[in-house]
Amino acid sequence: MTTLVASRPSADDALKPPKRRPIKSSYPTWFYIPAGVFYLVLFAVPTFASLYFSLTRWTLFDTEFIGLDNFVQFFSEPMLLRGFTNTFIYGFLTSGAKVVLGLLLGVFLTSQIAARGYLRSVVFFPVLVSTIGVGITFKVLMDPFDGLINSGLALFGITGPGWLTDPSLALFSIALVDVWKGVGIATLIYIAGIAAIPPEYYEAARVDGANGWQRFWRITVPLVRPATTTVVLLSLIGGLRAFDLIWAMTRGGPGFTSDVIGSVIYKQYQAGFYGLSTAGNVVLFVVVTAIIVPIAIWFNKREVER
Amino acid sequence: MKAKALRRNLTGAVAVLVSIVVFLVPFAFIVLTAAKSAPEASLLDLSLPSEWLLWQNVVDVMQTRDYMLVRAFVNSTVLTVTSVVLMVVMAAMVGYVLQRRSSRWNPMVNVLVLAGLIVPPAVVPTIWVLQTIGLFKTMPGMIFIEATFGLSFCILLFRAFVSTIPKELDEAAVIDGAGPLRLFFQVVLPLLKPVVVTVVVVQAVAVFNDFTGPLYFLPGSDNATVQLTLYNFQSQTLNQWNLLFMNIFLITIPPLVMYIVFNRQIVAGMTSGAVKG
Amino acid sequence: MSMRLGARKGSVVLAAAALVAGMAACSSGGGSGGDQVEITFLTQNGEPGATAAQELVDAFMAANEDVVVNLETQPPGAEGDNLMKTKLATGEMADVFHYNSGSLLQALNPDQNLVDLSDQEWADSLVEDMRTVVSTDNGMYGAPWGTTQAGAVMYNKPIYEELGLEVPTDWAGFMANNQAILDAGTAAPIIQTYGDTWTSQLFVLADFANVTAQDPDWAAEYTAHNRFYADQPALQAFENQQEAFEAGYFNEDFASALYDDGIRMLATGEGAHYPILTGAGAAVAQNYPDNLQDIGVFALPAQDAADTRLTVWLPNAMYIPNTTEGEELEAAQRFIAFALSEEGCRIQNEVLVPSGPFTTDLCELPEDAAPTLTDVQTYFDAGLTSPALEFLSPIKGPSLEQITVEVGSGIRPAADGAALYDVDVEKQAQQLGLEGW
Repeated sequence: MTTLVASRPSADDALKPPKRRPIKSSYPTWFYIPAGVFYLVLFAVPTFASLYFSLTRWTLFDTEFIGLDNFVQFFSEPMLLRGFTNTFIYGFLTSGAKVVLGLLLGVFLTSQIAARGYLRSVVFFPVLVSTIGVGITFKVLMDPFDGLINSGLALFGITGPGWLTDPSLALFSIALVDVWKGVGIATLIYIAGIAAIPPEYYEAARVDGANGWQRFWRITVPLVRPATTTVVLLSLIGGLRAFDLIWAMTRGGPGFTSDVIGSVIYKQYQAGFYGLSTAGNVVLFVVVTAIIVPIAIWFNKREVER
Repeated sequence: MKAKALRRNLTGAVAVLVSIVVFLVPFAFIVLTAAKSAPEASLLDLSLPSEWLLWQNVVDVMQTRDYMLVRAFVNSTVLTVTSVVLMVVMAAMVGYVLQRRSSRWNPMVNVLVLAGLIVPPAVVPTIWVLQTIGLFKTMPGMIFIEATFGLSFCILLFRAFVSTIPKELDEAAVIDGAGPLRLFFQVVLPLLKPVVVTVVVVQAVAVFNDFTGPLYFLPGSDNATVQLTLYNFQSQTLNQWNLLFMNIFLITIPPLVMYIVFNRQIVAGMTSGAVKG
Repeated sequence: MSMRLGARKGSVVLAAAALVAGMAACSSGGGSGGDQVEITFLTQNGEPGATAAQELVDAFMAANEDVVVNLETQPPGAEGDNLMKTKLATGEMADVFHYNSGSLLQALNPDQNLVDLSDQEWADSLVEDMRTVVSTDNGMYGAPWGTTQAGAVMYNKPIYEELGLEVPTDWAGFMANNQAILDAGTAAPIIQTYGDTWTSQLFVLADFANVTAQDPDWAAEYTAHNRFYADQPALQAFENQQEAFEAGYFNEDFASALYDDGIRMLATGEGAHYPILTGAGAAVAQNYPDNLQDIGVFALPAQDAADTRLTVWLPNAMYIPNTTEGEELEAAQRFIAFALSEEGCRIQNEVLVPSGPFTTDLCELPEDAAPTLTDVQTYFDAGLTSPALEFLSPIKGPSLEQITVEVGSGIRPAADGAALYDVDVEKQAQQLGLEGW
């Protein structure tokens, strides 16, 4: 509910009447209907049904109404604080890296370079592989003893760390792999964004004597804002909710050291605590919304101002 | 000019080298393991197999569980193609109207879209709904589920990119007498080509690689999808790494081919973007 | 004209005769058409279980032409647990399914969801322990499929012979052997494989028979919330794991090694002891068939040799959900009976690779058993076995494997870990609605 109220101001901004409004029926509201029906029946209804279960002890066979006990229990999970800290580190680290690397790769791969087609394909390869495959592969490559990464470092006389077995390092190693696997999507979105920038702008800038650096900052960065919005929102939501790669690589370990909220909830679900894990999802939803909605409003505002 | 070309090739060469280390070595590992015997593969190291069993392992994987992988390829292809078409059309319509028309519905739609990204689907209630409308354990039911779960992502992208199409184009088309359907499908959608391709590629991969959706909403061996076949070679106590990696390798090929085909389309989209400007 | 007519008449008669003959064939043979009953059998993917299930289905259909059995598979482990519950809760369960016995079965609400099989002919053949783990107060629901296995120390016999070591019966003897192996410097004394976290629990889980030997009521009192892991005798298992870590007996790569690595180390003599489930014999047989004779088994030793017992895991079983009715129910019951027939036993022996004795009198172990099996059998013959906790109490906390990884890696002291586990199981007990929690 708070989210609805919170996002209303942005709508008011968007309500400024356009200068020349085309005939309104060119954008009919019924375009919402097909998607709306699917969303309502297959997503909204089940989601609201499950909200009720967050107030129950639910074995799938029986439910017992226990009020807010699940929430009390969720907040008294011994590993909760660490889980929250890890979630924020992981979410902001991966999405930040994806935005920066995605933009740089996007610019690089739309410029005139040799082997462009090959490079574009290769950056996107990791997206195509299933999480299970990536998890297993990197567990092997990051093996502290005969893993390829440490063997490679040994050639330069460096003793590599236990990437996934050192409690203080495991989370960062997974984040690294997450960026490796996900940067292809960010790059693709940026390529589409850069492709939509009319080349006349660049030509005009070139005539005015702007160098490559200036063209990047003055033209590319502002004009790919729609792409940036999308990449930030998607990767941040993905990062804050992430658990599947973490699950595939360390299962939150060693011990509980790389647990995030998503993996705590997933473990509760796996253990059959359906009511508790639903309550956890409600908490996670509130937290993610509290972070995402202000960011979304900020981006929307900038877009309208433009 | 010559110096510039040289620099271009040099940058390209460096990029290729980096890409080999960062992106191709992990794939070499997958392929090499897929070509080994079971005991050798369980060492999980990056070495050449003492005996190349590539074809033998392909045959083994294919034949497992009465050609389950073949059926899975058919099922996954049907599921992926139809659900992606469905979600792209529906989402483009929403993203388009959402960006173009300011109304008091917008904030609510925006919140619902974000909620669709943030809230994880509730498995058991969704099964109850599917049972009520008689679509549980059916391919159409699964297609609708995938299309629904992918909507938010697509809408977000479309809304962002519709803003790059000048509104003047709409107005010109309306003056030419185009109705809303013609305006959208014949004028706007073609201009959205780079985004459509992006969305298709990303979502096709997501649906093709989805594991939990088919596991819960489309049970039954005849209905198996490709990700479920991975479990044929993975268990708590006995892993067949060579066959597992061969399976991973085989099920990565279709999305790879698709991506290479569509990659051309993105480049084509870029030139059409240049025309449009 | 008349000839024509006659010919026509003749063909009509012929056709009618063919029709009748066809119908007769149909009903007497019962082999084709609508008279067949179709049932579905659900099992877990992964070898050798899936192959065994396929062979059972084929053999059953060859012997029962009026039944068609469709085999379905699903992932094992926690994902599979959820799937089972989802299918039962939504009324979509297969006609016969294969699943764990003990605490995991209890989580399926057998009284509410399953068909009571206590009136079946084979029901009396189950050993008492097996009967208990597939029963509630109101009924008996499962037929065992596969053999028992032990949670114990599997060891490399050539290393023992080379160093002249004896199989230890108490913890001090075990640690002395470890020291001797460490001093010899050729192998890791104890194999640990925390890359697959579930393997880290064996120090605790396989010690449970020793706990029962010291306190026979421990499991029942634990269920009643009167016993705790933070107290002796159960705490000892955590302390032993910590001691073994601190003594430096683990293989160098214990934190990242996988179960498969553990099997390799054990089979090839890179490591001497591997506390694990003896079902591991099947993995040795697949990947290192030549080394199968090198592997022996002994019970994880207690502090006092008099308390040392072998901890036993009972096999999974086959169940029928109560959504199966009428003809399907009858066919499903025949299918389960067939699994315990001579033919069914043959498949269990040949494909499933026995890792302990059967739990039904109807099946017998093969003559040429590997030492992994005969060593286990010795404990059974001496009456020195007891079931694992998950077969005596419905409570098993979800985080044990993370906790034992921490204790076994020096991240968390044993007493802390045991106390944390006591908190962890509270959720499970509350979920089950047990009294006293």
